[in-house]
Amino acid sequence: MSRYQCPECGYEYDEAAGDPHQGYPAGTRWEALPDSFTCPDCAVRYKEDFKPVEE
Amino acid sequence: MTSTASAPSGLAGYVDRKRRLWLFSLGVPMLALVGPLLYVLVSPQVIWLWVSTIFAYIVIPALDAVLGEDLSNPPEEAVPALEADPYYRYVTYALVPILWVSFLVNIIFLGYYDLPWYGTLAVIISTGGSLGFGLNLGHEMGHKKTELERWLAKITLALGFYGHFFVEHNRGHHRDVATPEDPASSRMGESIYRFVFREMPGAFFRAWDLEAQRLERCGKSVWSLDNEVLQPALISAVLYGGLIAWLGIEILPVMLLIAFWGAFQLTLANYIEHYGLLRRKEPSGRYERCQPHHSWNSNHLFSNWALFHLQRHSDHHAHPTRRYQSLRDFPDLPRLPSGYFGMYLLTYFPPLWFKVMDKRLLDAVGRDPSRINFLPAKRELLMRRYGLVDAAAPEGGEVAA
Repeated sequence: MSRYQCPECGYEYDEAAGDPHQGYPAGTRWEALPDSFTCPDCAVRYKEDFKPVEE
Repeated sequence: MTSTASAPSGLAGYVDRKRRLWLFSLGVPMLALVGPLLYVLVSPQVIWLWVSTIFAYIVIPALDAVLGEDLSNPPEEAVPALEADPYYRYVTYALVPILWVSFLVNIIFLGYYDLPWYGTLAVIISTGGSLGFGLNLGHEMGHKKTELERWLAKITLALGFYGHFFVEHNRGHHRDVATPEDPASSRMGESIYRFVFREMPGAFFRAWDLEAQRLERCGKSVWSLDNEVLQPALISAVLYGGLIAWLGIEILPVMLLIAFWGAFQLTLANYIEHYGLLRRKEPSGRYERCQPHHSWNSNHLFSNWALFHLQRHSDHHAHPTRRYQSLRDFPDLPRLPSGYFGMYLLTYFPPLWFKVMDKRLLDAVGRDPSRINFLPAKRELLMRRYGLVDAAAPEGGEVAA
């Protein structure tokens, strides 16, 4: 399970936790998020802008 | 926590000179409450009811002209401490009860006092104006990540039956800003009176669709209580229903007019914030990321103190979760000649607006029509009038830098 971070506002998508409020249950893989995914907090950055978080 | 003498507040020696001045963001909206109080407690004269409107449209533009602009920014190293300082949040929290009390007092005042039509009109405009400040507050808090601030945003927006703004603005407007897809970005050649017919319904349906999509992903009904458009709307329904039960059905049209005038303050702000500016489409079909030059700005001191820095709009769109006290000015941004209140006056007279703003818009985009969001019906006319020429269409989907 990996984590991905919005380079603008720091929002973090953690595959293990998902984002249930946005309708992505725990365990939802990053690849499974739609291409239209934008940062739920700032809406400035798109999916492809997100950076994997180094463990 | 122990503090050191050199940097007691973590601000690296920076002193925020605007710290106390943000209290104007509480005092100015409070003027709508002052009118009925003076009428009841001092003398029953309608002029009191116009105080906040006169202040907004005459005194604030005058103060902006006299006090001028502020080009200073907090140094970046001071920003984390500035953002963490709870004082700035408490100022925003304090405005919530002020706006609720102001709204209730004004509605009850209308229910109990017989006013001439121009007195009722004054209360509609001043109370609607205070709802405009509520939209500004809901805007500031709705962008934040804490549950408390997000709920306070919904509670504030519920006053004007405009809770869908919380969804529409963050996930809709910020995504689509300065593109033809955005009903909340005005186009070159579009008057405020035309824009409002696109902006108000467009914003509502975008909010509804965004929530419907989210709830579908969640496997919930669009009519569930998790719907963040319905949540504030329910607060509004209880509030308006309670006031009707108390004051009679005659109060309903007045409340709807007040809610409309409140929402129209947002329409005005949306109109002036991105007029004619356009993000380019990239070969991928996405629009370029929102840059500082995709918003109009005003650094005028007083109107910024009264509006939680909303007018530093470029930095807000580039960094939407940044708090109001940390928003910055940048050189070479599209600039408005006055603060929002002065600009609102201009929008009421479209020929005057076009005269002032079309020239500024052309300067801001370097007379490049590919950087202008035109009203399609007026594109040809405006191209001819200003002698604009399309650059050679880029081949192979290449986008000029």
